[in-house]
Amino acid sequence: MAKPKLASVWLEACAGCHMSFLDIDERIVDLIGKVDLTSTPITDIKEIPEVDVGVIEGGLGNEEEAHIARELRSKCKILIAWGDCAVFGGINCMRNFKSVDDVLKKGYVDTISTVNPEGVIPGGDVPALLKHAIPVDREVRVDVYVPGCPPDADTILYVFQEILQGRIPKVPSDKMRYD
Amino acid sequence: MAQDKNTIVINPITRIEGHGKITVQLDEQGQVKSSRFHVTQFRGFEAFSEGRDFREMPVITPRICGICPVSHHLASAKACDAILGVTIPPTAHKLRELMHMAQFVQSHALSFFHLSSPDLLFGFDADPAVRNVAGLAKDFPELAVMGIGMRKFGQEIIKILGGKKVHPWHSIPGGVNRSLRVDERDALLKDLPGIKQNLKKALDLIKKYLADHDSVARGFATVETSYMGLVRDGALELFDGDIRLRSPRGRVTDEFADSEYYKHIGEHVEAWSYLKFPFYLPLGYPHGSYRVGPLARLNACDDISTPEASAELYAFRRTTADGVVHSTMYYHYARLIEILYGLERMEELLNDPDIIGSDLRVTSADLQPEGVGVVEAPRGTLIHHYRVNEKGAITDVNLIVATGHNNWAMNKGVDMVAREYIKGFDVTEGVLNRMEHVIRCYDPCLSCSTHAVGKMPLALEIQDAQGRTIRTLKKD
Ligand code: SF4
Repeated sequence: MAKPKLASVWLEACAGCHMSFLDIDERIVDLIGKVDLTSTPITDIKEIPEVDVGVIEGGLGNEEEAHIARELRSKCKILIAWGDCAVFGGINCMRNFKSVDDVLKKGYVDTISTVNPEGVIPGGDVPALLKHAIPVDREVRVDVYVPGCPPDADTILYVFQEILQGRIPKVPSDKMRYD
Repeated sequence: MAQDKNTIVINPITRIEGHGKITVQLDEQGQVKSSRFHVTQFRGFEAFSEGRDFREMPVITPRICGICPVSHHLASAKACDAILGVTIPPTAHKLRELMHMAQFVQSHALSFFHLSSPDLLFGFDADPAVRNVAGLAKDFPELAVMGIGMRKFGQEIIKILGGKKVHPWHSIPGGVNRSLRVDERDALLKDLPGIKQNLKKALDLIKKYLADHDSVARGFATVETSYMGLVRDGALELFDGDIRLRSPRGRVTDEFADSEYYKHIGEHVEAWSYLKFPFYLPLGYPHGSYRVGPLARLNACDDISTPEASAELYAFRRTTADGVVHSTMYYHYARLIEILYGLERMEELLNDPDIIGSDLRVTSADLQPEGVGVVEAPRGTLIHHYRVNEKGAITDVNLIVATGHNNWAMNKGVDMVAREYIKGFDVTEGVLNRMEHVIRCYDPCLSCSTHAVGKMPLALEIQDAQGRTIRTLKKD
């Protein structure tokens, strides 16, 4: 059997879920022998190819992220939502109690050390924010949910191993964690 | 394709921690007119922390960044101590510093071995399919295993103290919530020498690389700037000290208490990036731009307090005539010297009887209206500043993260490399990778920088003289 191809992205996220993946430590060498890492934040292939498994870390907070989620969905067979941000929206959703304008104004005009007399707010060359930060499945269908902030390295490895066995993983109770 | 031929976009920039893209604008003749490094994500931590109890901040703010969550955890806890108006017990202070050293070791190891070394070992023009940690594991298994082991050592310490490796919970306002057991300490002391041995091999490797590629390495995106970092009695300090600025010529320009940062540092905003541009207020923007991070800290300090790292610092400084090192590639070298300091400092802390003490926390019911907490994160000076009402609810948050301070220099460096290597419309993948490597030298954590920034895959966009995008280069 050809090695399954995997692509992963980090969207509205802190990178912690990918770091937790790297915490499988030396077991990564063995895993890399069995799966083909295509486009990921730790490799240099920028365009997402057709893959077997797509992994999303992070929720969706701006137009570009929503676009990437749709693109990955259309190119993968199994889509995994990795971590509380992807599964529930996570910490990013704390901004949903305020309007986008207020959030931006706070960040770029009102903070103590900002020197911005003209009130410039980034826009144009950077993607616009969505009205609300949302979990991945508000935009696209998700096949496997792996919660945790971040999911433990062992849990992540378990999920991959199940996929390598040709099964759709279901996280067992001893590895299921919400943070 | 009907794309316009004068704009190059690299998106996403890979093997850096966060989200960004580079655009290069060419003129009619295909010469570089300008290049910019854009940070494309914003998450809004300053706004959404308002109204929360300040005691929650050491748990909320690490979610800014999963690569250096410990830095946010500690800066936040220090700001909370200031709001409580307390000095934490020595055991708590040393345990926090121990976790901080562990974080330096793991984060610097990740940056060097997992993310940057593929460029150095395979070359900038190597096939993108092998130029990554998987290729490293295949072709340089010894080095890969060394890097993985070093990172693991740091991560294990974080887990022992804080329950898990990413987003640990250990510091609380006024102290820490767990002590270190004697058997845990002894196990760490046993592993330390082996890790230090490996680090020295990596140091030899980078020195050899820089010597073998001397002219490229010295010239690569080199900018002469001021440098900022924490010092204590003039020596390198990562956890608790005063903020110092040193000029490009090597003079100490300013040194001030961390709680006074806002009198000295301002942040400029550009419409094309979610990442702000900090600068030294007396000099204004952009003249007052400076750099932070490993290279900057080694330039800012007078010395290092631990013997082996101190000897390495002197060797490092001897690479230039006046002892100030401006070459951006030397960030990698500086990073490894800091791992050595981190390991030596860990050893000192573990051998200190206080480290296994049980006096972990003090508290107070008398809240101060504001608190500032500053640490050196692996990527540079990290500032948390909170204001609270009389009940302790947050009314104002200001965060200046490490990567932000380097924003101007990253832009400048990208522009320099673009001008040097892009001649005309035909741009190779290797050139794009060099531009990305400028960013990688700074090891930016874009997740941090826009707490705000999150995302930094890189695209290079080429625009024509009219500013229309003519070509988007993704590396595939
Ligand atoms: S789930 Fe947690 S670790 Fe993962 S991206 Fe979100 S905040 Fe970071």
